[in-house]
Amino acid sequence: MSSLLLANMSIGDKLAAMYPEVVLFAAACAAMIIGPSANPRVRALCAPITLLALIIAGALAFQTTPLTDTAVPGLALYGKVLAAAIGFLLVLVLHGVADRDYEDALRTDPARNRFDSGRSNRGEFYAFFLFSITGLMLVAGADDLIWLFLALELTSLPTYILVAISTARNRSMEAGVKYFFLGALGAATFLFGFALLYGATGSTFLADIRLVLAQQTAAGGLNPIAIAGLILSVIGIGFKIAAVPMHFYTPDVYEGASASVSAMLAFVPKAAGFFALILILAAVGWNDGRLPSPIHEVLVAMAVLTMTVGNVLALLQSSVKRILAYSSIAHSGYMLVGLIAGPAAISSSPSVFSSNGLAAVLLYLAIYGVMNLGAFAVLASLERTGPDGRPEEIDRIDDLRGLCRTRPVLGYTLVLSALAMLGFPPTAGFLAKLPLFTSAFSAGHAALLIVLAINSAIAAAYYLRLAYVAWLDSPEPTPGSPLPATESPVRVAPFAGRLLAGIASSVGIIILALPLGLLAAAESAGRAPTAGRGSTIGTKSSSTGEPAANAATTAANTPLLQTLPIAPSATPATPHSSPN
Amino acid sequence: MLLLSLVLIPLLFAAALACLPKQRAFSVALIGTLVPVIPLLAIAQRMDWTSRADTAELARSFDWIPELGLKVSVGLDTVSFLLVALSVLLGPICVAASRTAIDRRVKTYYFWLLTLQGMMTGVFLARDVILFYVFFEFTLIPMFVLINLYGSTNRKAAATKFFLYTFTGSVIALAGLVFVAWQHASIRGSWTFDLPELARTAANMPLEQQLWVFAALMLGFSVKVPLFPVHTWLPLAHTEAPTAGSVVLAGVLLKLGTYAIFAIAIPFCPQAAITAAPFLATLAIAGIILTGLICWVQTDVKKLVAYSSVAHLGFCMLGLFSYTPAGVSGSVLYMINHGLSTGALFLLIGMVYERYHTRSMKELGGLAAKMPVWATFMVFFAMASVGLPGLNGFISEFMCLLGAFQSGNAWGGIAPGQVAGLAGELGPYFAAVAGTGMIIAAIYTLYMVKKVVWGPLVLPPGHDHHNHDHGHSEHTLGADAHHGPLPTDLSAREITILLPLAALCLGLGLYPKPALSIIQGPVDRTVDTIRQARAQLERQAPMPVPGKLTAADSPSDPAQRGSR
Repeated sequence: MSSLLLANMSIGDKLAAMYPEVVLFAAACAAMIIGPSANPRVRALCAPITLLALIIAGALAFQTTPLTDTAVPGLALYGKVLAAAIGFLLVLVLHGVADRDYEDALRTDPARNRFDSGRSNRGEFYAFFLFSITGLMLVAGADDLIWLFLALELTSLPTYILVAISTARNRSMEAGVKYFFLGALGAATFLFGFALLYGATGSTFLADIRLVLAQQTAAGGLNPIAIAGLILSVIGIGFKIAAVPMHFYTPDVYEGASASVSAMLAFVPKAAGFFALILILAAVGWNDGRLPSPIHEVLVAMAVLTMTVGNVLALLQSSVKRILAYSSIAHSGYMLVGLIAGPAAISSSPSVFSSNGLAAVLLYLAIYGVMNLGAFAVLASLERTGPDGRPEEIDRIDDLRGLCRTRPVLGYTLVLSALAMLGFPPTAGFLAKLPLFTSAFSAGHAALLIVLAINSAIAAAYYLRLAYVAWLDSPEPTPGSPLPATESPVRVAPFAGRLLAGIASSVGIIILALPLGLLAAAESAGRAPTAGRGSTIGTKSSSTGEPAANAATTAANTPLLQTLPIAPSATPATPHSSPN
Repeated sequence: MLLLSLVLIPLLFAAALACLPKQRAFSVALIGTLVPVIPLLAIAQRMDWTSRADTAELARSFDWIPELGLKVSVGLDTVSFLLVALSVLLGPICVAASRTAIDRRVKTYYFWLLTLQGMMTGVFLARDVILFYVFFEFTLIPMFVLINLYGSTNRKAAATKFFLYTFTGSVIALAGLVFVAWQHASIRGSWTFDLPELARTAANMPLEQQLWVFAALMLGFSVKVPLFPVHTWLPLAHTEAPTAGSVVLAGVLLKLGTYAIFAIAIPFCPQAAITAAPFLATLAIAGIILTGLICWVQTDVKKLVAYSSVAHLGFCMLGLFSYTPAGVSGSVLYMINHGLSTGALFLLIGMVYERYHTRSMKELGGLAAKMPVWATFMVFFAMASVGLPGLNGFISEFMCLLGAFQSGNAWGGIAPGQVAGLAGELGPYFAAVAGTGMIIAAIYTLYMVKKVVWGPLVLPPGHDHHNHDHGHSEHTLGADAHHGPLPTDLSAREITILLPLAALCLGLGLYPKPALSIIQGPVDRTVDTIRQARAQLERQAPMPVPGKLTAADSPSDPAQRGSR
């Protein structure tokens, strides 16, 4: 009877599975309360509270039992710990973004400026950041389409605001608005996809959807409505991961937001998008290393275009943020390759890390988070006085000239990040890319892999340029192109947290290439059942939409659901147990 | 650990150097490159020189990332030993040659030179393809820095081109290697990147798969060699690199490509290697002839030597693709010889450049009158490079051509008194066309020697030949603090650098037998691999494989040969 309980879990049971989210939520509320405090010492506590909450949430993630009826049961733990870990580094990078100009004005001229809690954004800034991380954790643990949708939006909505308030300039406002409207378009797309999926399967539970889709596959093919729903979901979620054709907002938004917030945009929504894609595609299942036909083709087209467009356009940029924006598009393309490969096909190749595409994606996501953060932390650490007297972030690649000589720590962090993102051995970036190669071959996608290899080579050109400028160029401007006289020299932003994040990421780039258990963690997280295995199940179709039938179906097949993830090689010759 | 110490010692010294003041940099670097001689001698003593076994000597293996099946495994055979010895020999020479040439950012320079030394050695020792790839790729970074920081005017473009060409190639090669690893995994059920194991798996793949893998591997490795159409990065990189950079590049880095083809591409895909041999040999010959002609019209001495490297490695590749004992031995020997003689030529050009700040043949002439010792060495190494009998270039070049000649019977039944051909895909036509490359080589080398060494004395403006060591004119690049201490002719340090190279050139030229006999084992193994693959190919396809001139030819079967 425990299986029935699983299907009809009470809210209490579900809450027990999300202590980390609860902690983050509580911390977000606390940040909202103390953020507008008139006492500068009190409102300075926002960041420490956020850091503390992330540490506790990360630790709690190990303690909570994830819901076992998700298709990829290991994802919840991995995703939550990853969100907490990268979130921690992100808080360091975000150090000093909130109310930068306002706080400066208060400090320099306390007589004329009195603290006005209505003008302060600090509380909202940290609270929204925590909401976004909460959303990411919820995505990782989702077992239901509605939950998934709400969690994805909880991840994204705060980021729209964070972009808008990240600097006091109009550019950020514009970026925020653009991001919001296009984000709404993306959300509408995948919400429509989810609705169609519900229509085709009669359930919003991912586990139910998986069973019904397996039955449809066995009965001669997926329902066209289900296919349409899946494709729309994939394309809509493509907005979160910045995949072609939903990528076009990326460079403008990254350029408009402050570098710190861009660092967050490059990781948090992307991770949420990949978790969501993994969950949805696991509901369809990789049948012998291949998704069902139209979805496979759509994803392959997306992957090829995303990689190529990202890398080729990155070649043409002179703004560092735009380079990194396009490079983040390209990285999504690489990860899509792993997603297409899927978990190891049971029959044809050994089920180890090297063959598991999902594990490769999850590993890549973690390492990408670290190396991308390094590059953005360097950008966030450098600024100059803008024409209006306010501090302005640097953005042109020329501003990074000779960084290794003038500011070695930042310079070498940037060089290391660039080399890692290039996938240069023996950095962690290479270790991340290698499993994508092996898993793509395991699933038989050699052509896709060649595209990946060629794209890595294209990417070499701009990452090398980034590394070259910081590393080997001389700090003095070349005689031919003197800096405009109006520009003040580049200086280091007065926020130690950003520097610390940069150092942490360079350390990460080096030590993550060592065997530290990250691969094993990614492997156990990426283990997912292959689809079509439930095809022998002869329950009544649940597409009638009757809740009772749904519950019965789930109940009858729960043992199957529980055995499959643990021992993927077990062929479900499960005897058909009657539903009560 | 003995083998790993060859990699680690230079790296440790590089780390030490980074912490010491820059006055010490030179001596630390010199010691760091000399110390590996000790483990090298210890290895030499423990090696089984006559081993024909498939297994690597002194092999050691440690787990690196077990989830992926990655290992740090090293080992060597006699061919890799010779190449390791070559890099260990060139290490101190490069450091010593940079003493006066490098006057700024000295620590950075020696740091990367030492790192490069360690990485190059690692490539020859690696017995795990991913470890191999890591070393192979990592050599790019030091070279990129050396060219970028210490090169001449066009260095940025040169370094970038060098990096991108090689990186692009090797990523594709990596895809090929991973494909083989996957094949292995799907047959054996476990992932490994162990080189000999993968070689066994790969050699049993069907021809079509082998062709794909071979194409991927060759795309990666032939950029490094460089083979004809993808050679364009090399002259640029050589011209712009500092002297020691050029020496390492010509001496060892190019050999990474030839070695990788010898040790990975051919054993992995022997059937594909047979099928593609005529095509690749044609590319090699095209490289020999075309770059030879390009050399003829060069006015920059360094560029001339750089292009001649492409031609020389064309011979090396031709010998390798003949798959005859003579050709493959010659090819392996060529790797060493080219490193010695071309390395020495770059050193000599660097010495003149330090004094006169030009490499243009229009501005230099008749240097024999001013620098007799330099001129002696120049003529000596030019002759070694062009293949004068008695010096080292001759024997290897001759063996490569002989191998190509023996490899198959392209004369067919036309010439009755022919030399007994061995089974192979090339043939006398290939050797004959490539042979004209030797003539071209003689022309351009002698032309260069005539112009620069003999003839009327020509010096660049500002160097009047009565008193050339006054402050030189503004047109030269950069301030030259070391112009003063350099004597007119070579200093004792410079002669000490050149002497061991000259001795080896002479020794290998007069008595190459020891070198040839120690590489016999690996060479025979390659030839055997190819022979077996050829037999397999014939079993699979009764029709002659396209491009294969002598399908059923073997020296023990004259009747069959006559009937063709």
